[in-house]
Amino acid sequence: MKYMLLIHQGTTPTPNSPEDWARLSQDEQNAVYGAYQKINENPGVTAGLGLAPPETATTVRVQDGRTLTTDGPFVETKEALGGYLIFEADDLDAAIELAASIPAASMGGAIEVRPVVEW
Amino acid sequence: MVAPLEQAFRDQWGRVLATLIGFLGDFDLAEEAAQEAFAIAARRWPVDGTPANPGAWLIATGRNRAIDRIRRDRTLAAKTRRLQAPEAAEVEMDDTTIFPDERLELLFTCCHPALATDAQVALTLRALGGLTTAEIARAFLVPEPTMAQRLVRAKRKIAAAGIPFRVPPAHLLPERLDAVLAIVYLIFNEGYAGRGDLAAEAIRLGRALAELMPDEPEVQGLLALMLLLDARREARFRGDDLVLLDDQDHALWDAVQIEDGRSVLDRALALHGHGPYVVQAAIASLHADRPRDWPQIAVLYGELSRQTGSPVVELNRAVAVAEVEGPSAGLAIVDRIDLGDYRYLHSTRGEMLRRLGRTDEARSSYVRALELVHDDAERRLLERKLAELDGPAPEAG
Repeated sequence: MKYMLLIHQGTTPTPNSPEDWARLSQDEQNAVYGAYQKINENPGVTAGLGLAPPETATTVRVQDGRTLTTDGPFVETKEALGGYLIFEADDLDAAIELAASIPAASMGGAIEVRPVVEW
Repeated sequence: MVAPLEQAFRDQWGRVLATLIGFLGDFDLAEEAAQEAFAIAARRWPVDGTPANPGAWLIATGRNRAIDRIRRDRTLAAKTRRLQAPEAAEVEMDDTTIFPDERLELLFTCCHPALATDAQVALTLRALGGLTTAEIARAFLVPEPTMAQRLVRAKRKIAAAGIPFRVPPAHLLPERLDAVLAIVYLIFNEGYAGRGDLAAEAIRLGRALAELMPDEPEVQGLLALMLLLDARREARFRGDDLVLLDDQDHALWDAVQIEDGRSVLDRALALHGHGPYVVQAAIASLHADRPRDWPQIAVLYGELSRQTGSPVVELNRAVAVAEVEGPSAGLAIVDRIDLGDYRYLHSTRGEMLRRLGRTDEARSSYVRALELVHDDAERRLLERKLAELDGPAPEAG
């Protein structure tokens, strides 16, 4: 089975906001990098692309033929998608275990695990 | 009176369905095959007689039906995972074939934490208990289409999200077993609150689990707890009125079931069990003694309180402490508990104040409990307590 793991950073400090990130000790920062490195070394993982912070998002809708844009993400900023990865695994349990190892899961965010539809 | 076939259905359903899911890798297909096998049994058994091994007969029949079906309908073959080559799959099978018991795998699948709790409950009752959708809907006071939808969604998620059909590996087992035990106990408590069928169903699940995991003390502990609590069922109501433990007619207790519960508890203790279900079962066992060993009960509630950090447990400890050291010691504990809107906090407080002769304060506690109560039987009990406040004098405290 293939799963997409959607990473919602929530209030997790990330290098995207340097002042929050600086609040983590050097050891904590290394732990975050280490966790991601371990995830990327997992043979089932296809790394996704990182996304710039939700504040940089533009949300687009088309109404009556007119393109309307709003500043910010579709969902609340704190619920916005921060990144994703694809994981090929035997079952949901394996995907849940990997999700739990993503720093955002334990540092103020959450990971949504979604099966990828295979045609 | 349950017809023999209906009894066989209840006894065999979970086992048959579990084996068929294990074989076919598909919940819906297995359910259809199981239903077909039971329908064939309903026609044949009254004529040909019940086979020597009804379970194996049902599994073999269901399995062959499923294979027939797959052959006829190739689109169904796409749904199956294990059945790669259906042409080769039909082996000689009759009711002497030994099939693996995969009820545990099924139970862990139904109680997977990726499913919502109410879906876990419904699926467990459907898949292992063999209850119909209508019966489950009735038990939970939900319209049948709502319950049907809940079951469909849960089964769809199991397939689409890849929830595994297996007993979890060792590093996941403790957490997952806790989830299974919690679902079984939740079903029991729905029954204990009045719907007796569900309590009996939970005990059946508990027995199956105890048989399948004989070395897990908490599994034995939960079964013991349910047996001991359920043994007092007949005494808990007089007509529609709730009767508290102290006022219960012991002749109505099921002595055989209490003994049964105690021997299961002994097994749990022999396995060095000391988890929350074992401790609760030990407390339930002590509550079945006369006179009651209140000091020991208070100690065990203390242990349970440490394990669970539950203010409800602490409230129970307060009741036991009140029996040992008097109502003011109990009240001191109650007043430290943060459980603002919990009705039993207020009724317990009322009881202790009554015993201390602080009638006005007792009255306002009972009134507060009454404001929070939803259940009619409980409401009448509190109303009786309130009425008694103005009646007989309080005992010396």
